[in-house]
Amino acid sequence: MFTESWQSVGPSLDECIKCNICTAYCPVAAVTDRFPGPKYAGPQAQRFRENGQPHAPDRSVDYCSGCRVCNEVCPTGVKIAELNARARAQMVAEQGIPLRNRLLGRNELLGKLGSLAPRLANLGLHNHVSRVMAEKVVGIAREAPLPRFSEEGTFGSWMKRTAGERLRSDRKVVYFHGCATMYYEPFVGKATVVVLEHLGYEVIVPPQNCCGLPLLSNGEFGAARRYHEGNLHKLVPYAQQGYEIVGSSTSCTLTLKEEAPELLDMFDEESEELKLAVWDVFEWLRERYRQGELPTDFKPLPMVLPYHPPCQYRAHRVGRPAAELLALIPGLDVRVSTARCCGIAGTYGYKREKYQIGMDVGAELFEFVREQGREVRMTACDSETCRWQLEHGTGLPSRHPIEVLAAAYGLYDLERREPRGV
Amino acid sequence: MTRRLQTEILVIGGGATGVGIAWDAALRGFDVILVEKRDLTHGTTGRYHGLLHSGGRYVVKDPQSARECIAENRILRRTHPHCIEDTGGFFVVTPEDEGEYPDRFVQACAETGVPCEEIALREAFRREPLLNRRISRVFEVPDGAADSFLATHVTAQAARQAGARILTYHEVTGLLLRGPEGAREVVGARVEDLAGGETLEIHATMTINATGAWAGQIARMAGLTVEVIPGKGVMVAMNHRLVNTVINRCKMPADGDILVPIHTVSVIGTTDVRVPDPEHYGIEPWEVALMLAEGDKLVPGLSRARAVRAWAGVRPLYQEGYTGASREATRQFTLLDHARRDGVQGLLTIIGGKWTTFRLMAEKTVDKACEYLGTRQPCQTATTQVPGAEQGHYWLGHRLHEVEEHELHGDLVCECELVTRAMLENAVYRNPTLTLDDLRRDLRLGMGPCQGGFCTYRAVGILHEMRERAGEAGGEVDRSDWEVAYMQSPAHNRSLPPPSSLPLALSSPNLLLRDFLQERWKGVRPILWGRQLKQEMLDSLIYLSLMNVDHLPDAGLTSPMTAFYEQDAGDVGETEAGV
Repeated sequence: MFTESWQSVGPSLDECIKCNICTAYCPVAAVTDRFPGPKYAGPQAQRFRENGQPHAPDRSVDYCSGCRVCNEVCPTGVKIAELNARARAQMVAEQGIPLRNRLLGRNELLGKLGSLAPRLANLGLHNHVSRVMAEKVVGIAREAPLPRFSEEGTFGSWMKRTAGERLRSDRKVVYFHGCATMYYEPFVGKATVVVLEHLGYEVIVPPQNCCGLPLLSNGEFGAARRYHEGNLHKLVPYAQQGYEIVGSSTSCTLTLKEEAPELLDMFDEESEELKLAVWDVFEWLRERYRQGELPTDFKPLPMVLPYHPPCQYRAHRVGRPAAELLALIPGLDVRVSTARCCGIAGTYGYKREKYQIGMDVGAELFEFVREQGREVRMTACDSETCRWQLEHGTGLPSRHPIEVLAAAYGLYDLERREPRGV
Repeated sequence: MTRRLQTEILVIGGGATGVGIAWDAALRGFDVILVEKRDLTHGTTGRYHGLLHSGGRYVVKDPQSARECIAENRILRRTHPHCIEDTGGFFVVTPEDEGEYPDRFVQACAETGVPCEEIALREAFRREPLLNRRISRVFEVPDGAADSFLATHVTAQAARQAGARILTYHEVTGLLLRGPEGAREVVGARVEDLAGGETLEIHATMTINATGAWAGQIARMAGLTVEVIPGKGVMVAMNHRLVNTVINRCKMPADGDILVPIHTVSVIGTTDVRVPDPEHYGIEPWEVALMLAEGDKLVPGLSRARAVRAWAGVRPLYQEGYTGASREATRQFTLLDHARRDGVQGLLTIIGGKWTTFRLMAEKTVDKACEYLGTRQPCQTATTQVPGAEQGHYWLGHRLHEVEEHELHGDLVCECELVTRAMLENAVYRNPTLTLDDLRRDLRLGMGPCQGGFCTYRAVGILHEMRERAGEAGGEVDRSDWEVAYMQSPAHNRSLPPPSSLPLALSSPNLLLRDFLQERWKGVRPILWGRQLKQEMLDSLIYLSLMNVDHLPDAGLTSPMTAFYEQDAGDVGETEAGV
C-alpha cells in the first residue's frame, strides 16, 4: 500500500534531511505530547512500515490533524501529511474504523439524511442531552461546533427554485459547491453564484459527489475512491469541453486537484484532466482580475476584518488570493492572520480525545482575532469547518470571503447571509 | 610487561566464522579464547548485504554450496530467529535473462533440495509493486535477510555463557612457534591489547585461523602460504525499502544482481573485483554506477532513488592453486589442516564460504580440532538457540512498535533508526565498546538517512555524561554481564537499571565525535549527489560550521580505528579491473 509507484507519496520520504523544521512548526506537536511530530510520524516512521507486517507498527500518527503545515514549511518537499494519512488508512484497514469516524467521514450522506427534515434533525442534534450522549456513545466532543442543517432548503433546491432567474451566457463556468454548501450553508453557494454571474458567467451546477476528503482523513480510502470516481465521471466531461470548475470550499478543491489522486494513487488521464480544470474560487477570481475582467464596482465596506487563510488553502500553493481581492474593497481593513491552523482540521477537532488539542492549536488564531480590537464584528475564512471553529473560539460570526465580496458588489446581505433582491 | 594466558583453543578472528567456532568449541566443553583485532564483525561479516541464502543462487553453478545453504538456512532460522527477517526471495527472469537458465534453475533447485515455486506474475507484482513489469517469470525461494552484527554478537554471548573468553581490540602480532623447521608447531599467539596497551601471550593447544580475507597474513606468521582470493564486493544502500522480498536475477551469479531488504534499507550488490589488500581498497565510481544500472533492471527507477551509503567487503575466497577471476572462484569453504598440508602442527585455517554457512564451517573446524585434541564431543550448535531467540523473527516495524507502545519518542538519540538513550547506555555498559562505530553495529546508530547528522553529537554528549558519572563512582565495569540479546529492543532496555559506570577504554568525547564523523563520511562520499548531498550539506553545517569540529581540542588523539576511518574510500588502493 505504501509504495505503489514512484509517483506515489511513499518515495517522497527520501527527500527528508531530518532538519526538524516541520516539527518546529507543527501546531499539534506544540500543544500535545500525544503527537511526536511530523518528521517522526511521516518520513521517519515510514521507513518502518511495509505490507504484510504482523500489524501496523504505530498509532500516534492518528494524532496528526492533517493540516499540512508540515508540507508547507518542508524545505525539501516531503509529502508528510499524505504519508500520515496513508499510515492512518493502513491502521483502519487492519483494525477497522470506529462508528464515529465512519459518521464524520460521510457528510454527503449525513447531509442528505438531515436535509429530509432539517428542523427536526437540528432539534435532535443540537441540544445538551444529545450532545452528551453523542460524546459518551460515539465520541464526538460535546462542545465541538457541529453545523446546523439548512432550514431554508438545500443549495440545490435554491438553484432549482431560481432557475428562471439565473444568468444565461456564452461564458460558462462549472461550480463545485461541496457538501457543506449543499446542506449546511447554501448561502455560501448563493453568494458564489451571484458573484460569478456578476462577472458575466453562466453557472453550471452538475450533479456531484463529496470530494472524499473526510473519508481520506479518517482512513477510509476505499469509500473515498468511489466518491472520486463518481466525481471523475460527473465532472471530467465538462473539463474535456474546456470548462473551468471552481469551488468555494477550499479543502474540496484541494482534494480534487491533489489529495485524492495522490492518496489513492490515481494518476490516470481523467484525474489529471480534472486536476487541471479545478480552481479555488478566489484563485479563479484573481486570474480574472489579472486579466482585467473583474468588475471593481465595489461599495465601501467600512470595517476591520480579520481574515484567516486556512491551512487547506495554503496547501494549494497559490498565495493569498482572497486577501488580495478583499484588499480592493474600499474601507475594508483586512487583517491577514499568520496563525498556523484553527485546530479543527476538518473532522479532527470534533473527536472527543482531540477536541482540546484542536482548541489549543486554535488559540493563536483566536488571540490574533482578539488583538484586532473590540470593533471587530466578524471574521473571514475560506473553509467551512474553520469558520465554525473560529466562531466557536472567538464568539464572533465568520464569513466566507466570497460572501464579503458579494456584499461589496451590493449583491448580498452580509448580516442575514442571503442575496439581495431575491 | 607481558601477561600469559593458557587455553585449549585459540580462535583468531571475530567474524561470524570465528565466533561460531568459539561458540561451538565452548559448547563441546573446550577452554576457548577468541581474539579480534577490532570490534566483532569488523571484517567481511560486517560488510555484506545481509542475505540469508536459500541456496538458489548457487544451484546451477555450485550445487554443493546450494545444499549447504538450504540446510543452514533452516538451522539458523531456529537457532538465531531474531537475527533473521523472513522476507522470502524471488528469482526473476528479466528480458536479459531469458534462455535456458530458468529451466536449468528449476531443475537444479529440485536436485539440490532448494524449495522453489514459480508464482504468477500478478501475485509477484502485487507483493512487489516496483518490480520491473517486463519480468517474465518469478520463482519464490526461502531467502531471508540477516543482521550479521546482531547474530555475531549474540553468538559471542552464547560462547561466553559456555565459558569462552572473547577479547576484542586484541590484535595478533605474531604466532608462538615451537620446534625446528620441518617439525614446527604453533602453540598460540602474541597479542596486543589495543585499548589497554598490554601485550598478551596466549598459549593454546590448537590455534584456529578464522580471519577470512586476512587469513594469508596470519598464515605467513607461521611461514605458511595461504593464497586468499580477496574478492571485493561493492554494495549501495538505498534509503528505504524498495522491496520487501529479496530479489535475485535468475541467471548465473554476476555483478549487481541481488537486491536485499534489510532493516530499513534495501541493498543492491555486488561487484567482485580482486584487490591486493583486504583492509585498504577504494570504491570506484564505475562500481557504484554499475550497481545502480543493474538495480534498475530489477526495480526501474532505483538509480534515481536516494542512495544513502556505499561500502565494500572483501570475500575471503579460497581455491587451492586457483589464479583466475574472483567471480569464478568457488563459494565453498575450505578447512586447511596445516599439519597435513604443510607439516605444521597446532594450526587450522578455515576460509571461504558465506555468512549463511558460518555455523557449518565452525562445526567442521571444531570436528577437526577434536581429532587433534583427542576428544569426540558432538557438535551442539545446530540444536542450541542463542540468547534472545524467544523474540522470534525480526520484523521491520518492531522498533517503531515498541517506541510507540512505551511512548519513548522523547528518548530517541538516533531518530532515523529509533535508538533510545537507554539502548545506547546499556550497549556501552553491557558490551565492549571503544568507538561509536561499535555502537553503530550494536544498535544501528547513525545508519539512517542523516548518516549520523543528528545522533553523533547526542551520543557523544551522553557518553561524556556517563564518563563523568563513572569518574565519580570511580569503578571499573564488571564485564561479566555482557548482554546483547535484547540490545536492539527499545522496550527491553527501558526497564534495565541505568548503568553506574563506564568502560574506561572508551575514547575521549572529542575523539569519539571525530572518528565517527570520519567513518560516516567514508561511506557517503562515493554516492554524494542529489538528496544525500543535501543531507551532507546540512550535516556539514552542523558539525563544521556550528560546532567547528575541525578545530576540536585533542587533535593529536587517535583510537585504534582513526587511521582506518581516515582513509578516503574514493582515493585508496588500486583495483584490478572487474571481469
